[in-house]
Amino acid sequence: MQNTYAIELKNISKRFGTVLANNNVNLSVKRGEIMAILGENGSGKTTLMNMISGIYYPDEGQIFVDGKEVSIASPKDAFKYNIGMIHQHFKLVDVFSATENIVLGVKDEGKYNKKTGRRKVVEISQKYGFDISPDKKIYEMSVSEKQTVEIIKVLYRGADILILDEPTAVLTPQEIEKLFAVLRRMRDDGKSIIIITHKMNEVLSLSDRVAVLRKGEHIATVETANTSVAELTELMVGKKISLNINRTEPHDTSDRLVVSNITLQNSEGVRILDDVSFTAKSGEILGIAGIAGSGQKELLESIAGLQTLTKGEILYHSPEGEIFNLRKRTPEQIRELGVRLSFVPEDRLGMGLVGNMDIVDNMMLRSYKKGHSIFLNRATPKKLAETIVEELEVATPDIKTPVRKLSGGNVQKVLVGREIASKPKVLMAAYPVRGLDINSSYVIYNLLNEQKEKGVAVVFVGEDLDVLLELCDRIIVIASGKITGCLDARKTTKEEVGLLMTQNKRG
Amino acid sequence: MNEVKTEKKREPLFHIVKRNAIPFWKSWLFRVVAIVAAVVVCSVVTVIMTDLNPISVWDAMFKGSFKNEMKTWWMLRELALLLGVSLAVTPAFKMRFWNCGAEGQVLMGALCSYATIMFCGDKMSYVPLMIVTLVAALLGAAIWGVIPAIFFAFFKTNETLFTLMMNYVAKGLITFCVIFFAWENVYGSGKVNFISTGILPMVYNNEFLIILIIAIMTLFMYIYLNYTKQGYEISVVGESENTANYIGINVKKVVIRTMLISGAICGIVGFLLVTGRDYVVSPESAAGRGFTAIMVSWLAKFNPIFMILTSFLVVFFQFGTEEITKAFGLNEYFSDILIGIVILFIIGSEFFINYRLKFRKGAKEVE
Repeated sequence: MQNTYAIELKNISKRFGTVLANNNVNLSVKRGEIMAILGENGSGKTTLMNMISGIYYPDEGQIFVDGKEVSIASPKDAFKYNIGMIHQHFKLVDVFSATENIVLGVKDEGKYNKKTGRRKVVEISQKYGFDISPDKKIYEMSVSEKQTVEIIKVLYRGADILILDEPTAVLTPQEIEKLFAVLRRMRDDGKSIIIITHKMNEVLSLSDRVAVLRKGEHIATVETANTSVAELTELMVGKKISLNINRTEPHDTSDRLVVSNITLQNSEGVRILDDVSFTAKSGEILGIAGIAGSGQKELLESIAGLQTLTKGEILYHSPEGEIFNLRKRTPEQIRELGVRLSFVPEDRLGMGLVGNMDIVDNMMLRSYKKGHSIFLNRATPKKLAETIVEELEVATPDIKTPVRKLSGGNVQKVLVGREIASKPKVLMAAYPVRGLDINSSYVIYNLLNEQKEKGVAVVFVGEDLDVLLELCDRIIVIASGKITGCLDARKTTKEEVGLLMTQNKRG
Repeated sequence: MNEVKTEKKREPLFHIVKRNAIPFWKSWLFRVVAIVAAVVVCSVVTVIMTDLNPISVWDAMFKGSFKNEMKTWWMLRELALLLGVSLAVTPAFKMRFWNCGAEGQVLMGALCSYATIMFCGDKMSYVPLMIVTLVAALLGAAIWGVIPAIFFAFFKTNETLFTLMMNYVAKGLITFCVIFFAWENVYGSGKVNFISTGILPMVYNNEFLIILIIAIMTLFMYIYLNYTKQGYEISVVGESENTANYIGINVKKVVIRTMLISGAICGIVGFLLVTGRDYVVSPESAAGRGFTAIMVSWLAKFNPIFMILTSFLVVFFQFGTEEITKAFGLNEYFSDILIGIVILFIIGSEFFINYRLKFRKGAKEVE
């Protein structure tokens, strides 16, 4: 027998209803190898990995571990074959310590012994260079520490095939480097590591081989050393595309939105926003960088009038030179001034759109109240829907299709399209490209740039630092509700932003 | 290639897969199949338990609704009343406010109607009396509906439990009133005080007016939910409270307003019950319609027009099984069993409309 693979997938297929999530996928990972699974959102990466870790069961195909065919019907089975998955969303008990979380649910011989558990945890962290305090409670931990706990948890159970689902999405550049160092050490120890990602530079700097998925199909597996960003992008998207954002110099800028010293407390008295001040100018894109959950969402909501501030002022300078205090206005009045929030929360359909309604009804969300009739006017929104579908090339069977059936990119186009159609003066967009494929992302970036050209003050909350640096004119960095820096996007570096992101961290 | 196979592959017998949208006709086909299957199972149960000929049993079932013209009118009136309560719960359900208190709201409507007629019947002429009675019914039921809504909006209480509990309060209140105002003799077998005035006018026959009123309400509800701004707000609040807040809908206001409407419609049904059918009030006046309406509304996917069909289905089986017990001298447990089987199949069909089972394939061929 020749070189057997640690794990090998043969002709795996999985359907959800009429959607073919994975079609005839073949994949193999050796011992002591880091394999990157690259693909756009919706290309079937996570589905494929969920089948290895026992969350889904494949409709067709076979899985081999060390050359033996296996059937993985539950996560428990996956552990039997030493397969461990680290999910995007952590599954930890907040009030337990790191050690307690790690040993939880493991059936050791004899009585549960916290000391041996703790010793083993320390051993594992020393072996691979994890930076962790075994007695720290989860709720005191940063995202990166929590992730470390998840990884040790999997190792503690003896996993030698590790799957990481987009592990870098929530980390700063510095933390990513740390994680990669650990992963390399684990590889050298003979473990097989599969990392799901859609970030090209990570693939190139970390992996040994890359498997590219597109629309549920396995396109190619290439040696990382012999490939390039251009080749990978082409494999991923299926055609050559240029990845350039056309950033123009801002002109005729004037202050549009002046936020001074705003503080927001939640019901427990914790300061979500702490003395935040900044100015958004017309004709430029202001980027907001920060680790997820640092107060970006609340900041935008405060401006839109959806939060009750403890103190501070938000002044809107209209192009006509009038000044309005937004704190004294209702969300409706703020909208009428032309301050538009195109907020895209984690679940994308959560706030801006109603998933079960069609495009026409979603167009009405903003404007249905107009006029005195008790009946709805569907004629105007229908026209708007048709225009947006046509101009932004929204892929939809018709305008009567519920938006939840559209793909992420198209949902986003509908949302941003509606906000732009109202001719805003301030356009706030939070994570507008989350979950979008590369093409759609660039469509959105261009839309934002067009708005900037028209003299709109664009506020852009992003998570991809590369994009922030390329798209924005100025970047403010927020960390734990405080502004830690205001940078010129043309002159700063990723590292500088990354450092500011982690400043004055709690705990 | 020599593949090593030491372990037999074990695949679960079946797994459950969520369907994507299935065509309209197909979902109705499933429902029809479910009813046919229910009929078959009911027949088998009938034969096993009673030795009766299932054909004659089904004949009786059919006769329950269509034996003669009068029976059909009764069936239609019952259908209308059930449909009325279903119309009432629907806007609340569309808002994801689980109003399980329609029973109590109908009772309050009935109580207020009856009380108004008892107290004012001899002091007013017919037309003002009917108007005052209707207004009293609307108010009583609307208040009963809005109390849980206010607590829900301002104190985040659980609406399901609250509305449910309000049913028992309403029942208790009726019992109290019946005794306190001596509407019924407390001693011995009760003498019931039927109303002698304030009776719904007869149009064509006793049933027609009730049916007409509910038919108009059905149309109104359909338009209200689909073509008005308020109906649109209800949908948005039901789909996502976040979105509603975000676009400036006052969720509290919508919840309270919708429950006022929901309660008021229950009040109309209570009014119709007292003035057009029972001529009296008792804790059993609502006769479980408030709960059956939940199923009627759900099965019709909150579409008032479909609700005509689903309430017909429920009433048809209700009348049919009553007829069976009468015709064959069976006790009512038997009809309960048949209704139970039918409802189980109808609800079960919803599962198969949303999911399908994927079975393990036969033996795997090895190459």
